[in-house]
Amino acid sequence: MALSHLAASASRSSSLLKPLSSGLSLRRSISGDNSPLTVETSVPFTSHQCEAPSRSVETNPKELLTFFRDMALMRRMEIAADSLYKAKLIRGFCHLYDGQEAVAVGMEAAITKKDCIITAYRDHCTFVSRGGTLLEVFAELMGRQAGCSKGKGGSMHFYKKDSNFYGGHGIVGAQVPLGCGLAFAQKYSKDETVTFALYGDGAANQGQLFEALNISALWDLPAILVCENNHYGMGTAEWRAAKSPAYYKRGDYVPGLKVDGMDALAVKQACKFAKEHALKNGPIILEMDTYRYHGHSMSDPGSTYRTRDEISGVRQERDPIERIRKLILSHDLATEKELKDVEKEVRKEVDDAIAQAKESPMPEPSELFTNVYAKGLGVESFGADRKEVRATLP
Amino acid sequence: MLGIVRQKMLEQSLKKIPPAVSVLRSYSSAAKQMTIRDALNSALDEEMSADSKVFLMGEEVGEYQGAYKITKGLLDKYGPERVLDTPITEAGFTGVAVGAAYYGVKPVVEFMTFNFSMQAIDHIINSAAKTNYMSSGQISVPIVFRGPNGAAAGVGAQHSQCYAAWYASCPGLKVLAPYSSEDARGLLKAAIRDPDPVVFLENELLYGESFPVSDEVLDSSFCLPIGKAKIERKGKDVTIAAYSKMVGYALKAAETLEKDGIDAEVINLRSIRPLDRSMINASVRKTSRLVTVEEAFPQHGVGAEICASIVEESFAYLDAPVERIAGADVPMPYAANLERMAVPQVEDIVRAAKRTCYRSVS
Repeated sequence: MALSHLAASASRSSSLLKPLSSGLSLRRSISGDNSPLTVETSVPFTSHQCEAPSRSVETNPKELLTFFRDMALMRRMEIAADSLYKAKLIRGFCHLYDGQEAVAVGMEAAITKKDCIITAYRDHCTFVSRGGTLLEVFAELMGRQAGCSKGKGGSMHFYKKDSNFYGGHGIVGAQVPLGCGLAFAQKYSKDETVTFALYGDGAANQGQLFEALNISALWDLPAILVCENNHYGMGTAEWRAAKSPAYYKRGDYVPGLKVDGMDALAVKQACKFAKEHALKNGPIILEMDTYRYHGHSMSDPGSTYRTRDEISGVRQERDPIERIRKLILSHDLATEKELKDVEKEVRKEVDDAIAQAKESPMPEPSELFTNVYAKGLGVESFGADRKEVRATLP
Repeated sequence: MLGIVRQKMLEQSLKKIPPAVSVLRSYSSAAKQMTIRDALNSALDEEMSADSKVFLMGEEVGEYQGAYKITKGLLDKYGPERVLDTPITEAGFTGVAVGAAYYGVKPVVEFMTFNFSMQAIDHIINSAAKTNYMSSGQISVPIVFRGPNGAAAGVGAQHSQCYAAWYASCPGLKVLAPYSSEDARGLLKAAIRDPDPVVFLENELLYGESFPVSDEVLDSSFCLPIGKAKIERKGKDVTIAAYSKMVGYALKAAETLEKDGIDAEVINLRSIRPLDRSMINASVRKTSRLVTVEEAFPQHGVGAEICASIVEESFAYLDAPVERIAGADVPMPYAANLERMAVPQVEDIVRAAKRTCYRSVS
């Protein structure tokens, strides 16, 4: 069966040696099919208080190509955001996710849009994986009307309620009890869905996390706590912040799984396992062993607390996009050129979105006073000089 | 406006005035009486019955029947899925409640006292109050935070603070402070039905007090508007604005002032945020004098905000400086005599009102 598959893809790729005029037809021809493929994860899972799932992950060419495309898009988007920030088109905070893309795409592949995701401030890629558009990302980063929060949130406050993405939170650790609350509401509403509450190794020591975990375990909430361990809480390495950096074990009575977060298929397998577990047995912790290439934020070069060798080493050995590229090439699901073309296409998409976002206007001054309340009751609000600027809240 | 003290006709001071609530209470009248406790309990019961999305969460709200028995009987009636006893972890359970509200269910969170809400204040402000704005209207937060606020009796410094000013300074929150049973029922129902986060400040010492309630108030559809104050006693010489327990004190002060020929208008604020600036200003434009009363610490308080509003909107109408009566600017002491000095008493309100009338205080 593998041989016939190879033959089919070979004939496909030969017809693609001609240059293509439309990106869309390129996608269609290497979009792959759903024929099952089994791949082993890079490393086995390590478990705490539970039996680890199998290393063999079921996938298919279509999924792998989608992983590649989506991660390439996210990578390109974050790098473009870096440039926009340096050009002063993005202000304030900007926390980039490049390196961690596999967590976002792997998680999304295991769940539906009825499951909830909540994360902290490193949220651009998670927003995109939940269905957010590039225009919404760049416009929000630049504080424009076309942004997902109409320019009023900024980098740390992306939301997409219609696909159950609840932000985007600036207070370290706060999103974990909030996520357990989403799980509570899902159980209360009998929706048979789960919530993934993402947090970093820095937030993993927050007291409120353990308070929320205790409540989740007592009440059997379908909450999955996902520690995106990129090994540095801002400038503080995990071994300097946590007496026990085995975050998947920190739940004590709550089971946990340690996952190679740079392997999208391992992430997918772990999330699938976690969803099944949470619906039956309550909370579980997933520790994603991942890495961020950028510093904590745009004001952090990221090289004062770690060596450049370490960063380039991870890029060489563990980059999530390269892993999928190698997988696709070794299974002959696409050629190198086809994958390069995808990357070119994705780059163009990002550039187009940025151009469009730059055209989007800044919010109207009247927007200062909108959405303070859902129901404003006609009360008055004031500007800096209340005798000069007043508004009635709708 | 020119500082001229208006003289009262003796006959006016002898004229019969509408009885204050405390006077009414001493008559066994046909009007039904209801304690604040029952008012709150019945409001919770009716709103839970009307909307299956409403649920209660807090320490001892279930099996213990409520630390102050406000939630008595509700666990039996609605079951453990809708009346949830939490561990003593305010930050955790408040975050859980706010997250549930993001999803669209309607939590009513009880803080055993608002002193403990400080452990959860990040969730009240950053997770609840600001989210509708930051998400540009995508995520509203239909949550109520309720519990006793302010001074009780002999509970000491860590258990006696009033948080009205802190919460009311934050855009995105609504802050309510009921006084009577009508207030308790109407405002709690309004809070639960409101799609925004509401901080509902009760008072432990008022829980056992009875107030008359009409049939309209007892009806399950009864609701009071948020953002509107109430004139508890009409008057024309001085406005006394207060909230919660201090409304009762203001009414007693008005009775005393009446004997001295000063006709006080008592405003029950009901809503600290939004503050009913137009009613307070309208009253002061009529009386030309204002005394604000609160049990809370004085600096940066509700009285200060009201005073600023009057100075901004009705300066020309003032015949005297605005007077502020507030809790003493010290942590609450335990000894009974010191505690008495640390909170306003009726005579403080009377004295301040007389000062605005340029009467000598005797």
